[in-house]
Parts: sequence; C-alpha cells; structure tokens
Amino acid sequence: MNYLSKENGILSWLLTGDHKRIAILYLVSITFFFFIGGALAGLIRLELLTPQSDLMAADTYNKVFSMHGLIMVFLFLVPSVPATIGNFCIPLMVGAKDLALPKINLLSWYLYVAGGVLMLYTMITGGVDTGWTFTTPLSTHYLNTHVISAGMTVFIAGFSSIFTGLNFIVTVHKMRAPGMTWFRLPLFVWSHYAASILMILGTPVLAITLVLVVLERVAGIGVFDPAKGGDPILFQHLFWFYSHPAVYIMILPGMGVISEVVSTFARKRVFGYTAVAFSSVAIAVFSFFVWEHHMFIMGVSNYSTLVFSLLTMLVAVPSAIKIFNWSFTLYQGSITFETPMLYTFGFMGLFTIGGLTGVFLGATGSDIHLTETYFIVAHFHFVMVGGMLMAFLSGIHFWWPKMTGRMYPEKISQLAALITFIGFNLTFFPQFILGMLGMPRRYAAYPPEFQTLNVFSTAGATVLGVGYLLPLLYLTWSLKYGEIAGDNPWQATGLEWQVQSPPLTENFPEIPIMDHEAYDYEWLERKNAKEVPSVG
Amino acid sequence: MSHISPVLWQFLRHWLSSFPLWPPQASTIAPQMDALIFFLILISLVGLTLVILLIVGFSIRYRKERHPVAVQIEGSILLESTWTIIPLGLFLIAFVWGSLIYFRVYTPPANAMNIYVVGKQWMWKAEHPGGQHEIDALHIPVGRPIQLTLISQDVFHSFSIPAFRVKREAIPGRYTSVWFQATRVGTYHLFCTQYCGTNHSAMIGEIVAMSPDDYKKWVETSTSGHSLAQDGERLFASLSCNACHSGRADARGPDLANVFGSTLMLSTGDRVHVDEAYLREAILSPSEHITQGYAPIMPTYQGQISEDGVFALIEYIKSLNSNYRVDQTLTTTTLLPESEGSPQRPAPATAGKGAVKP
Repeated sequence: MNYLSKENGILSWLLTGDHKRIAILYLVSITFFFFIGGALAGLIRLELLTPQSDLMAADTYNKVFSMHGLIMVFLFLVPSVPATIGNFCIPLMVGAKDLALPKINLLSWYLYVAGGVLMLYTMITGGVDTGWTFTTPLSTHYLNTHVISAGMTVFIAGFSSIFTGLNFIVTVHKMRAPGMTWFRLPLFVWSHYAASILMILGTPVLAITLVLVVLERVAGIGVFDPAKGGDPILFQHLFWFYSHPAVYIMILPGMGVISEVVSTFARKRVFGYTAVAFSSVAIAVFSFFVWEHHMFIMGVSNYSTLVFSLLTMLVAVPSAIKIFNWSFTLYQGSITFETPMLYTFGFMGLFTIGGLTGVFLGATGSDIHLTETYFIVAHFHFVMVGGMLMAFLSGIHFWWPKMTGRMYPEKISQLAALITFIGFNLTFFPQFILGMLGMPRRYAAYPPEFQTLNVFSTAGATVLGVGYLLPLLYLTWSLKYGEIAGDNPWQATGLEWQVQSPPLTENFPEIPIMDHEAYDYEWLERKNAKEVPSVG
Repeated sequence: MSHISPVLWQFLRHWLSSFPLWPPQASTIAPQMDALIFFLILISLVGLTLVILLIVGFSIRYRKERHPVAVQIEGSILLESTWTIIPLGLFLIAFVWGSLIYFRVYTPPANAMNIYVVGKQWMWKAEHPGGQHEIDALHIPVGRPIQLTLISQDVFHSFSIPAFRVKREAIPGRYTSVWFQATRVGTYHLFCTQYCGTNHSAMIGEIVAMSPDDYKKWVETSTSGHSLAQDGERLFASLSCNACHSGRADARGPDLANVFGSTLMLSTGDRVHVDEAYLREAILSPSEHITQGYAPIMPTYQGQISEDGVFALIEYIKSLNSNYRVDQTLTTTTLLPESEGSPQRPAPATAGKGAVKP
C-alpha cells in the first residue's frame, strides 16, 4: 500500500490533497508544456538556419519566440523543481504528513492548469508576439495579437506560484518534526525557502503590472503611455522588479537539488553547510535590489547604475560560494557517477559559465555592447537550461525511485546526460560569439556572415532535442519495466529515503524524531548496521 | 578530403572561411571596451578551469574504487573566506572598470557634433544639423566626436553599432544620448536591438564612416538646401512662437538667445540646466516648465509637432546662442559649403537681445 495505490480513479487524483499526488499532477503538466516550448524552440532554430526569414514570416517568428519564452518561463521553469520535486519532498524532508495547506496546494495546480489552458487558447487562436517581456508601449498600443489572454496566463500562473511559495514557508516554519532544527534541514529545504520568499514578495508586483498593461490596452488609462503623461520606463522598473528575482525563483530550487545529489554521491556532508544555506538567503535578499541592470542602456541615471551594478556584483558572490562548496564536497569523498551526479556535474560547469558571463552584463560598460544581443540569450540559457534544466533532470532521476518505486535504466540515462551536455554546449556556446559580434536577439533574419555560427547552434539544438526525448521515453518505460527500487537505493540520508518507496499517503506511520545533522552518513551506517527498522 | 561531395565541400569551405569571431574595432571606445571584455574572459576562463579541475581531479582521486570510505569534513573557514573574497575582489574590479567605460560612453564631450535620430517602426531617420536627412544610414567623418540625440516616435527601439561598441535605447517621450568617435573608414552594421514588432529584424542600416574629405563631399552633395536650424526658424515663425519669444524687454515669453546651456530658475523654485531634453519638455508641456517671472500662458504643443519638428526647433534655439555659433563655426560650418551659412542668423554676442524678429 502506498500513495499511488491507495485510491484509484480519476477523481481520486483530481480531488487529492496529497502533496505527492499533486507533485505528480504538476510533473505531467509541466512536462507537457516543456515539450510544447521545446517544439517552439526547434522552430526558432530551424528558421535561423538561414539568414533570410524564409521558413516563416517575420510575424510568425515573433509569435514563436514569444510563446517559447512565455511557456518556458512561466509554465515550465518557475514551477519546474518547486512544484514537482519540492512539492513531493519538502514534507518528507521536514518530517511532516503533508504541506501545511493541502487544499491551497491543489488550488495552485488548478490555477496552473487554468493558466496553461489560457496559454493554449492564446496559441491556437493566433498567438501573441510581445516577447515574454511585454514591453510597453509595444504591448499596449501597437500589437493586434492576444496580448490580454497571454497577460492573464501569466497573472493566473503567478498565483499558482504564490500559493506554492506560501505553502512552503508555512510548512517549513510550522510542520518540522521534533528535533528538526533549522540547521538540520536539508539544503534543498533552505533553497526552497529562499525561493518561496521571492515568490510571495515578487510575483504580486508582476501580477499588478500585467493588470495595468491590460487596463491600458482595454481602457487606455495611460500609466505607461508618454502621450498621456505616463512613463514607459516605469513598466520596465515594475516588470524587472519581479523578473530579476524570478531568475532566482527558477535557479534556487535547482541549487537545492545539486546540494542533495552532490552529498549523496560523494557520500559526504555538504562542505560548509552554513555557508551554502546562508548563501541561498543572501541571494534572495540581494536579488530584489539589482533589477535595474536590465535597464542600463535605457537612459536611466548614470549614477543609479553604479548602485545597481555594485549590487549585481554582490549577488554573484553567493553563487560562487555555492559552486566552490559543492566542488569541495567531493574532496575526500567516495564518489560514484550515477545519472543524477552526471547532470549535477553538468550543472556545475554550465552554471559557472552562465554565472561568470552574468558578470559581463552586470558590469555596466561591457553591458552596453553585449546586452540585447545573442550574448544575453546564451547567458540566460546557460543559467536556465544549462543550470536549471540540468538540475531538474538530476532531481527527477534522483527521486524517481522514491516517486515511482522503480529504477530508471542506468546506462541509457548516463548516455542521455552526455548527449544533453554535448548538445547544450553546441547549441548555446556559439551564441556567445554571435553576441560579441553584435547579432541582435529576436531577429527573424540576420546578416549572412553570422550563418556559420547559427548552423552550429541549430545542429546542437537537434542533439539537445534527442537528449530530452530519451528521458521521456525511458522514464515512461521504467514505470512498468524498471527494477524495483527499494526504500533507499542511493543510501542517502534525507528523511524521505528512510520511508518506503513509494511512500505511504501519510508519509510516516508516526512522526519521526530527528536526532542527527543533515547529511550524517555515519548515522546512516550505524542505522544500517543495527538494522534499525526504517523510520517509515 | 577530396572524396567529400563537392557541394558539401564548397559549403564547408565557405562557412569555415567566412567565420568572424570578433567584431571590427572602429571607434575610440572599442579597444577600451575590448580590454574590459578580455579581462572578463580571462577571469571566466580561470574560474571555469579551476572548477573543472576541482571536479575532474576530485572525481579521479576520490572515486569509490580508489577511496572507498569518505572522510567527513565540516567545512573550512579559511578556504570558504578565500573563495568569497577573491571572486568579490575580481567582481569589484569589473564593476569599477565597467563603470568607467559606461560613463565614458554616455558622457558626450562638449565639442561633439550632434546628430538627431528618430526611431520608428521600422526605420531610423537621422537629421544632421546641416540639413541632411538620412533613412537607415548614418554618414559620419572619422576622427570627430559625434553625439546622437535619440528619440522614438512609437515603441522602444535601440540604436546599436557593434563595430563601435555603443548602443542606446531610443525611447518614446524622452531623449537619450550616446557618443562615439570613429577611427576607421568603413561601412558598419546598424541594428535595432530592442524588439519592436513585426519587422524588428528589418530595422537595420549602415553606418558609413568616411575620411574628412569624403565626408565634406557627401555633405555638399546630400544637402537639402537649408540647415536644420533654418527649418526650425521657419517652424518657429509658423507656430507664432516669435509672438511671445520676441526677445524684446516687454515680451510675454522669455528671451531664447543664450538659453541653451544656461541654468534657469523656474517658477517652482527649481533650478534646471537647459539641454535638448529640457527644451523638448518645455515645448511639449510648457505648463510644468515656467521660467520664473513669466505667466503660464504658453499653450501645449503636445501632438502638434512631429519629433523632427522638435529637433528643428531645438536646433534653432541652439543657433541663437553666441557660443554655440562659435562652436559650430569652428566644428561644423567649415565643412559646409559657404552658401549654406545662414544669412538669417543673428550676429554673435551683442545681438542676443532682439535677435528674433517678430
């Protein structure tokens, strides 16, 4: 008996309050939107194979990249790790029977689905070509596409992420098991807690901003319209006030995955637990005060750029700390190289590149030349795809045995990780050079001398596509044919690994008592040696 | 290699031979920008190499077969401080260096020649002070600082010249500016880099950097017959601006001679520096920009003057400045044909008052 087999029937899923079932609902939904967004990315790369705008008209191209961005950011990246793995693991990790607010959790999934359906409606009825950034006055006065429904998609999906964040914060504060002090929490929980703060403080600003965009479009209120005394720069401030922290909403949960995986496969506690935990909090705090670095060339005061550039440099430091702490977690470890670890190594390398190229853009001088070009496209894809998606895949493989009770096939998934890594680099590395050469982003057509690098990039995207399809296939296959995983296949220390796989609906037969540090492998050995019955 | 299909071979040769890795350096700022970017590439390579060495080295040394039992380590304040402080120091160098270049790019020198640029869906229109108009092209002399005053007529655009390493957003409703000094004769890409709707990727053009002699020839052959200031003067009269801004002692509006570049006291008590952006605001929404001692009687011209018209008016007001005229004489007019000198222009200095005839 477990959470999957306890009840059957579609209603038992659609009306469930179980965080684990909601996590699975989320996993299926975000996978669906990931492949839609991925198909759109494929179209973008196909169009850019040749310098002319020949595969599709410029308008169509604009719609394709806009919807690629909207779907990937709001319907995949933001909910990816927190709503699936976070939803599944956080109650288990803190030793609780469920999240604090199970009905709100289900509501958050319904809001996500409502947002998703609205996005599909937007796509089917003709699309939207605002870019994911909704820049005014383009979005309010100059486009005749489905700006309102696209804006409402983001508005609604935003509430789903606010509810997820709220649930995590309440759960971490109120539902920890006896003995589970803050500094015994797995780092996964710390990073989700930091991301949750960003979700509940940042997302409402975006929601209000999009409401203003819609009102301006429908009623012509003129908050952002210079002809009516409004200020289009105000929109930029409001939009990036959310959308910069949003980057960390996306990446922080991924960093949580990396901490768990590195520790487990090095069989060592995370090097400098406190530094890694506080660096998550530092990122959350600093990230609210760097938004103007998206606007350095927009005619903001030269002196204000000094403040925002300096703060941007400061927010880079906690990420550097994390990378080095993870690297040194390997020191004196006993390392094995299962798939989650391979994806984690991929994350560490690619996120390092993504982070360091962020310094190019945070320094105001070089930002002038590099912003709005393919350099910035490459930079955020290194962070979001090279970083976040690698972390997501690492986490999915890592917790797959816990979620499903089955092992994925190891050899083919190691191959998929390698293919993903090679495809990713081939796709996005040439884009750094294109950006240095000055190729602007969001161009359907480009000067012919940029073709060679674009051909490399498109070739890489093809390889990357294979890398993403493989896990879809073998993970689905493993649901039925995978080996039975057992409770703790990785010999990991987290509480979620001490219960049965898949877990009971109520997670723990009785609430566990936490009597050791996180990542205490000696405790695990003692426990195994004594063959103490599992906590679950 | 000869057994490769000839077509494919040709493709490969074509691609691999026409495969730029670095943009041309064609402005004074470009080498400075590239030095910063090289520094950033260097610290990135060092950082990345270090991370890769750590991962690969530890993975080999401490893989399970060689190191079956992990040694638990809490952390190390010394090591962790090291990798906090060194990156922080490097990032702070990037911050200072970046800011120095940023201020240089966005602080035009006083002797720069000003060219006005309007962005609109989907073209760039440049207005030279000598009266030359250009669309999707900009002809400039090498060796002279050029300032661009940019505005958009509709949505955000961004004026980008990769070969010069400069870029500035053109924003509806306000001026932005950027400057550069070309160092190499040539034709370079002009891109709109801010997504602006359907034909965003067609909003491209050419920057033609010419030797001073060629530039002089171009100025002569592409003149529209009257300077931008003369256009402005005509507009000034046709909008009846001169009824109030007559320059006489009893005029209802302030005298505009020598106003450009001065510091004004407003009726609100604020002091403002009069630049292009201020003049634009004062023309389009005058009620918020009343000079102290004058009644708020000027009507708004919002929506009645095109952005090009505002440029012409500003250029005209600038031409009423004795200093500006001297600068222009020193820098611009020598390049203009003699016949282009404006006969209508007031004499410098003493003729400031009463210069504008009703």
